[in-house]
Amino acid sequence: MAAVQWHSRVRAYESELRAARLEAVPLEPGDPHPLKSITVTDSKSRRGGGRRGSTSSSSSSGSVAPDPLSSMLDGTDPLSMFAAASASEAPTLSHSTAVGESGRKRREKEEEVGPDFEPWSAKRGEILARFTTTEKLSINLFMGSDKGKAPSPNSTVSEKVRNRLEELDDMEEGSQRELLNLSQQDYVNRIEELNQNLKEAWSSDQKVKALKIVIQCSKLLSDTSVIQFYPSKFVLITDILDTFGRLVYERIWSMCSDSRAMPESFTADDVNDTAKETCLNWFFKIASIRELIPRLYVEAAILKCSFFLSKTGIQETLPRLTAMIRGIGDPLVAVYARAYLCRVGMEVAPHLKESLKKNFFDLLASFRQIHSDSVQNQLVLQRVEIPVYLTLYSPAINWILQCVSYRAPETLLTEMMERCKKLANNALLLNSVMWAFRAEFVAARATDFIGMIKDCDEAGFPKHLLFGSLGRSLACADPPENERLSILNEAWKVITKVRSPQDYINCAEIWVEFTCRHFTKREVNTVLADIIKHMTPDRAFEDAYPQLQSVIRKILNYFHDFSVLFSMERFLPFLDMFQKDSVRVDVCRSIMEVFIKHQQEPTRDPVILNALLHVCKTMHDSVNALTLEDEKRSLSLLINGFIRMVSFGRDFEQQLSFCVEARATFCNLEPVLVQLIHTVNQLAMETRRVMRGNHSRKTAAFVRACAAYSFITIPSLTSIFSRLNLYLLSGQVALANQCLSQADAFFKAAVSLLPEVPRSITVEGKLRSSEAFLLDFISNFLSTLLVVPDHPEQGVLYLVRGLLNMVQDYTWEENSDAKVRVYISALPLLAAMSQDTYLYAIPKVDSNETLYGGDPKFLAEVNKLCETLIGQVLDHLKALGRDEGAGVRKQGTLAFSLFGCLLAHGDLRNNKLSQLAVNLWNLSHKHGYCDTRNSVRTLEYIKHQSQQPDMAHLSEMALRLSLQSRA
Amino acid sequence: MSVGLDIRLKRANKVYHEGEVLAGVVVISSKEAVQHQGISLTMEGLVNLQLSSKSVGVFEAFYNSVKPIQLITSNIEVVKPGKVPGGKTEIPFEFPLHAKGNKVLYETYHGVFVNIQYTLRCDMKRSLLAKDLSKTCEFMVHCQPQKGRLQPSPVDFSITPETLQNIRERVSLPKFLIRGHLDATSCVITQPLTGELVVENSEVPIKSIELQLVRVETCGCAEGYARDATEIQNIQIAEGDVCHGLPIPIYMIFPRLFTCPTLETTNFKIEFEVNVVIVLQDDHLITENFPLKLCRV
Repeated sequence: MAAVQWHSRVRAYESELRAARLEAVPLEPGDPHPLKSITVTDSKSRRGGGRRGSTSSSSSSGSVAPDPLSSMLDGTDPLSMFAAASASEAPTLSHSTAVGESGRKRREKEEEVGPDFEPWSAKRGEILARFTTTEKLSINLFMGSDKGKAPSPNSTVSEKVRNRLEELDDMEEGSQRELLNLSQQDYVNRIEELNQNLKEAWSSDQKVKALKIVIQCSKLLSDTSVIQFYPSKFVLITDILDTFGRLVYERIWSMCSDSRAMPESFTADDVNDTAKETCLNWFFKIASIRELIPRLYVEAAILKCSFFLSKTGIQETLPRLTAMIRGIGDPLVAVYARAYLCRVGMEVAPHLKESLKKNFFDLLASFRQIHSDSVQNQLVLQRVEIPVYLTLYSPAINWILQCVSYRAPETLLTEMMERCKKLANNALLLNSVMWAFRAEFVAARATDFIGMIKDCDEAGFPKHLLFGSLGRSLACADPPENERLSILNEAWKVITKVRSPQDYINCAEIWVEFTCRHFTKREVNTVLADIIKHMTPDRAFEDAYPQLQSVIRKILNYFHDFSVLFSMERFLPFLDMFQKDSVRVDVCRSIMEVFIKHQQEPTRDPVILNALLHVCKTMHDSVNALTLEDEKRSLSLLINGFIRMVSFGRDFEQQLSFCVEARATFCNLEPVLVQLIHTVNQLAMETRRVMRGNHSRKTAAFVRACAAYSFITIPSLTSIFSRLNLYLLSGQVALANQCLSQADAFFKAAVSLLPEVPRSITVEGKLRSSEAFLLDFISNFLSTLLVVPDHPEQGVLYLVRGLLNMVQDYTWEENSDAKVRVYISALPLLAAMSQDTYLYAIPKVDSNETLYGGDPKFLAEVNKLCETLIGQVLDHLKALGRDEGAGVRKQGTLAFSLFGCLLAHGDLRNNKLSQLAVNLWNLSHKHGYCDTRNSVRTLEYIKHQSQQPDMAHLSEMALRLSLQSRA
Repeated sequence: MSVGLDIRLKRANKVYHEGEVLAGVVVISSKEAVQHQGISLTMEGLVNLQLSSKSVGVFEAFYNSVKPIQLITSNIEVVKPGKVPGGKTEIPFEFPLHAKGNKVLYETYHGVFVNIQYTLRCDMKRSLLAKDLSKTCEFMVHCQPQKGRLQPSPVDFSITPETLQNIRERVSLPKFLIRGHLDATSCVITQPLTGELVVENSEVPIKSIELQLVRVETCGCAEGYARDATEIQNIQIAEGDVCHGLPIPIYMIFPRLFTCPTLETTNFKIEFEVNVVIVLQDDHLITENFPLKLCRV
């Protein structure tokens, strides 16, 4: 194709801008603001609406303009609406009058146990984790053969024969077995297996087998060998019992709802005879279980079913079961049985407080059993210390007390306390009282409690546990103001004497909360010093990281002012105790999180900066080759948060030197470096703002230093696009600050970096083509290049040429038009460069317009460049034409975009150019791949333009452009 | 082709009293029509007596069992020979419960030597090619409430080494004192046996305390009579060394079928006793026996 001659269209940017602007409508005083909340009411056409091309027929209402987002949602967003609804619903639910009497009963029950009652499920895990053993356990299951164990002295032949036959049957089931030498995990697995067996047996209608399994399991609870494991065993086995209870209840329930669905709040009258008979059968069967403990547990498990028989049955059953527990000789077994009964009681009939209370008083009555000979002998045999043994009671007693004291009147609590006091060696009870009673109750009597704790026998129950429990209560409720200091002093006096570091830290950790809550940094500092003193010998802290971490968390909870926090002398030494890397980083992380969350204003406090720099450095130093990307990202986020919060005000140099230091410190975290470059760029712009654009000699040197900082930091980044974008950005900043040679260097660096861009990059873990990013960047770059003045020693437009050369040499993806797209997008730049006045300029920087002053040589150079580019594009179009199908389609699109470019930027009065434009139009329509709507709109635009002065030639051209007729 | 034959009584608990009407349905379920030679229902109440091998010889016990006593019998033909259509057919029936002659309907009781049982049997006779079908179902009879006021007759007891009989070496016995009471020895059969027991002191720790329910069955026959006591059930009320001085509840539900109101007839007797059994850690076994009188009100 013959070479084209390029002539840029002369642009009058200002008048064009004016013409393009929407016609301004003068605003009358009464007119509402268009951005005010819009509520479509009726289609009263607004004056001028049509002219503006706006079709929204709107009228506004309301004098105050609310947030348009919230006004969309009719005032409240759905989330807060839900919250409001549930808040208003809750009281109505509990106060609405129930329809039936039974319904009301249910309601009452619901009211009995509110959400403030900590459910058993919450304790479960804690107990399982706490009571473990390394000793070997055994499960002894004699499925249904207990009859054969002790044949009555006067049994007859036939009975013996029957027993033996039954035993044989049992043997066939393979159910008589003893499993010895189980590790704890094996044991847990076995129990879980039994749970599964139970469910299977039940679903395959082997109800008797199911019952046998349950009986055998509950029998395990009478076995106190490996006593340290007993609480966990209790948890596991009562899970099975709960399953069983639920199965039986559901079964009977389904029998009732056979014909018609039974109301949720049914009475015994609603239950049909078959269901009642089945239920009664269960109770009869259980009543004939020989052994006490299984009989007790299994009956308690299906207690809920007595609702099917009568409304008041439970009222008699619960006290009876409570009394039955007196028959259990082993105090530990008994206390857990009580706990289970209380648990079932709270679930089934929480209104029956009496039997809960009776359980507790029975417990007190038989309390001396704990110190009986048989228990002592057992402990000697199992080599368990008394204090360890006593702690086994805690979960059960805590639970019982929690049930009893739940919403109990003050008088009852006082009475219970008095009764506890009367018993000798009541430390165990005292501990549970502090655990279970309302924190307010305990806090109000904290001084009394301390006195009682002091009176306790040290040999029995460890005192640090008692203080731990007291501390836990005080952490939730406040003791009287005037007693606080003495409480802390008294408590700490004991705590500091605890010898075992583990016991010490467990207790101290709890009291830190109280200290932080009520006292100042001085006291907290003292406490920290004490902890350091205790935990440092023999590196005891190594075993106490969780507790120490919790101490930090608590302090951070209460001290949000970091200047106060770091002015505690002992805080940093305390941090030094975290010597395991992972823990250390966790702690640092939590500190930074609190800092970012609570630090409102930027700071320059050297104490904070030093300390936090140290903290951040610790986090940074934890990064190694094995660190996960996510981990790095979150660490960087935290460090960035810190960097953003550092400000030295007008002391820019200090700020820059901080950035220098930070760069040295955080060199391994790329996002931090990026943040630092941004910070420095911002610093340069801030300097410019302060100097109002006129740099003095000093500030000029400073901004150059900033540029230098960026220039040497950017190459250390690995992400190529971060580098490119930062070069561009920093170049712009340098240009804005009149650092021409620096800007030049940045741009040159960006250009020379281009060939290194890989064809594909990973974005969020997926490999993606980099082309789109690259095109974006180049367009951005091109628009900046308009204002970059040419280097006096280099040729005309050497940056643009350099960029285009790079584009040409770059190995683009095969079959990609990217290169040509870049060429086409370079045309507008070149056209803009040949204007007399440029579209935009940087204050105090002379662009090429002034440097060359519209020199014809310069213009000729630009035009030549354009011609080369167009030539390249046309060659490419020709090449595409050879390829049928996809190539032709691409050809059409490209031709159309070049046409658009010519139309907007070329001087079409020139015949050759206008001929080229027409050819391109035809080419793009040749194969029918163009978007007709687009073509129509373009044509309309041309006609519109042709009415402008100096544009008459367009109308002639428009005649030559034919629309493709749709077949 | 399978035919299902079933009897369903109207009452879910299958409990009836003399003079009432035993009502229900015979259910025949089959996919196809069933040809049969008649369906009949037989109701029967029997007392089975067996002599224990202890009181008479083994062979006599085997051969010489006492003839069962028939309390009630009745037979009706439900359907005449013919065809029952396919699907589920329910044929209702009713039997009045009236004892034979001057006999009484004793309460259902399953024992060792005495069994009082009421059954309802349905037979479907069929042609030579197919087997006859039969289905039996047991129903319970509760005797009429006893007249007259029941005296609960509570009993206090106190067990010490001195109160014991039947011991070999009184010297070797450890010291103990166990007190307690039963709320009643004349018990209503539907109500549990209740009471309390206190271990006041015991030199040797206690291993277990149990309640043993015992039936005492007496059968009369030509050679005299046989009296046998056997255990019905054993309920543990205390395990391990229980707290001294704290009352432990005595509580036992009388099992259904295996107990009935105390019965005394010309041919046999059914009585009940309860043993409070205390087992000490050194395996000493201390038993205190209480005869019970059960009745229904």
